Amino acid sequence: MKIINEMNDLFIILTASLVAINASVLGVFLVLRKMSMMGDAISHSVLPGIVVAYYFSGDRTSPLLLLGATITGVLTAVLIDWLSSKAKIQNDASIGITYTLLFALGMIMISGWFSGNVDIDLDCVLYGDIALINLDKVIVDENLYLGPSAFLIELSATVIVLLFVFFGFRGFKLLAFNEDFGLSLGMNMNRWHFVMMGLVSLVTVVSFEVVGAVLVVGFLIIPAATAHLLTNKLIPMIFWACGLGVIAVIIGFYLAVWLNVSYTGAMVTVSGLLFFTVVLVVVLRKKRLSGEYLH
Amino acid sequence: MKKEVSVEVHNLTATYGGRPVLWDIDFSLPAGQIIGIIGPNGSGKTTLLKAIMGILEPSSGYVKVFDKPLDEVRERVAYVPQRESVDWDFPASVFDVVMMGRYRKSNLLKRTNKADVEIVEKSIEKVGLTEFKNRQISQLSGGQQQRVFIARALAQKADIYLMDEPFVGVDAATESSILSILQEMRKEGKTVLIIHHDLQTVSEYFDYLVLLNTRLVAKGTLQEVLTKENLSNAYGGQLTLLAKVVDIIKKTEFPIREKDVDL
Ligand SMILES: Nc1ncnc2c1ncn2[C@@H]1O[C@H](COP(=O)(O)OP(=O)(O)OP(=O)(O)O)[C@@H](O)[C@H]1O
Ligand SMILES: [Mg+2]
Repeated sequence: MKIINEMNDLFIILTASLVAINASVLGVFLVLRKMSMMGDAISHSVLPGIVVAYYFSGDRTSPLLLLGATITGVLTAVLIDWLSSKAKIQNDASIGITYTLLFALGMIMISGWFSGNVDIDLDCVLYGDIALINLDKVIVDENLYLGPSAFLIELSATVIVLLFVFFGFRGFKLLAFNEDFGLSLGMNMNRWHFVMMGLVSLVTVVSFEVVGAVLVVGFLIIPAATAHLLTNKLIPMIFWACGLGVIAVIIGFYLAVWLNVSYTGAMVTVSGLLFFTVVLVVVLRKKRLSGEYLH
Repeated sequence: MKKEVSVEVHNLTATYGGRPVLWDIDFSLPAGQIIGIIGPNGSGKTTLLKAIMGILEPSSGYVKVFDKPLDEVRERVAYVPQRESVDWDFPASVFDVVMMGRYRKSNLLKRTNKADVEIVEKSIEKVGLTEFKNRQISQLSGGQQQRVFIARALAQKADIYLMDEPFVGVDAATESSILSILQEMRKEGKTVLIIHHDLQTVSEYFDYLVLLNTRLVAKGTLQEVLTKENLSNAYGGQLTLLAKVVDIIKKTEFPIREKDVDL
């Protein structure tokens, strides 16, 4: 019994670490592009996609569901882009309008149209439940236990994200630093933008049942923003962000066990506290340095 | 000798939200010269460069570079955006940014190779930033940042360079070192197109001028463009300005030749 429990704990930590890694890698680019709000927007507006796809597939982990919801996320990005560039609505207003509208649609679907047929509830979508991931195990040949399906899905997403970032590194770098220059080289920067938004959607969609739509934003933004304070090189920033994300997951997990509170809540709290600690250190150090100049 | 044409702009009109910013611009520019684009704030200079580079879709008209559509000659054209158009807190070193000048559509998914590294290092050396090669771009002065952008353009190994206000915020020493880089490029037969603000220095810097104010006010040699009439058409008839203009015209009529030689 104890071994099983430890196994479960291990998979909770591993799965959450993969969420943290996926989110942090993309978060670095979102933070550098000053598009943190976009993560928020996408994570909420995939809700109607999840509901519709779930309605048709009846399975929370079917590839159809993941694909459907990911497409909703990309459409959100397209809509926001259209509102701000073509209809000349302020960018932050475009984001706010689009994602609350889509999220509200999702709510109506869950509570009204599809209720009865769709067995997902709003709490689960919003907050996820990592404690339950072990209920859905993947076992091959009746005895080879590969881990919970959430873990395996998350792992596939990690592979996809890392491949895209590895091969698309130059494109994403141009997109974040100097989009006009990319255009002047004849590159299709829109395509890069939407590939990135597609990855962000994918990561939020695969994470929603684990950490929920609200806290995935914390995983996207906080480690990346912390890493930005710690280094001014791009690749180290990505590694720092992943490391900080995983550290927050591990400390958060044991904190949650100790205090008997929500795992993901504790993980994001630790992440936030790490951020503020770093901010404090950076501010104090700057003060001390300028103090030394004055005396 | 037949004069080669570098950039041709035909009936170009560009709008922002329905408001025309460039109106029916039509000109062709010589190759192998340093060409200045001047005009008051908001006259559409940046927009013109962006339209030439295809960064911005014109509402009508078209552009040709070396007698071909831009997409066929992209690799012969380098663009230096306005320095303020990027966030210099971005985590990158001087080397990283200059390396972007080696990015091509065809190598975007690849890693850097040795030849690229060599070109990048030469370009950094040309603008005198070798000792700052690994410095983070946030820790550079404004003038040094400007030189990073110029080095990136040099690394592109282009034949025509479009630069948006490369002299803004640089001190006199940097200004003259940038200028001598440009003159060296001209010697190699390259064409340089520069947006410039300071009317006092146009006559020293440029071989050819485009004077803009939403419409094309004038273009041609300094003597052709720097007339009282043209300038007051472009800038309006402010008194202080007209006084300066007279100075400038005097300067163009008696060009100070030594300035071209030792800089
Ligand atoms: N993104 C934009 N959206 C709306 N209007 C714009 C935009 N960019 C420029 N404009 C407008 O277009 C006009 C021309 O702008 P442009 O930047 O080309 O001028 P400029 O000649 O480069 O000016 P400056 O000397 O100040 O750099 C200006 O009136 C400006 O307000
Ligand atoms: Mg401008």
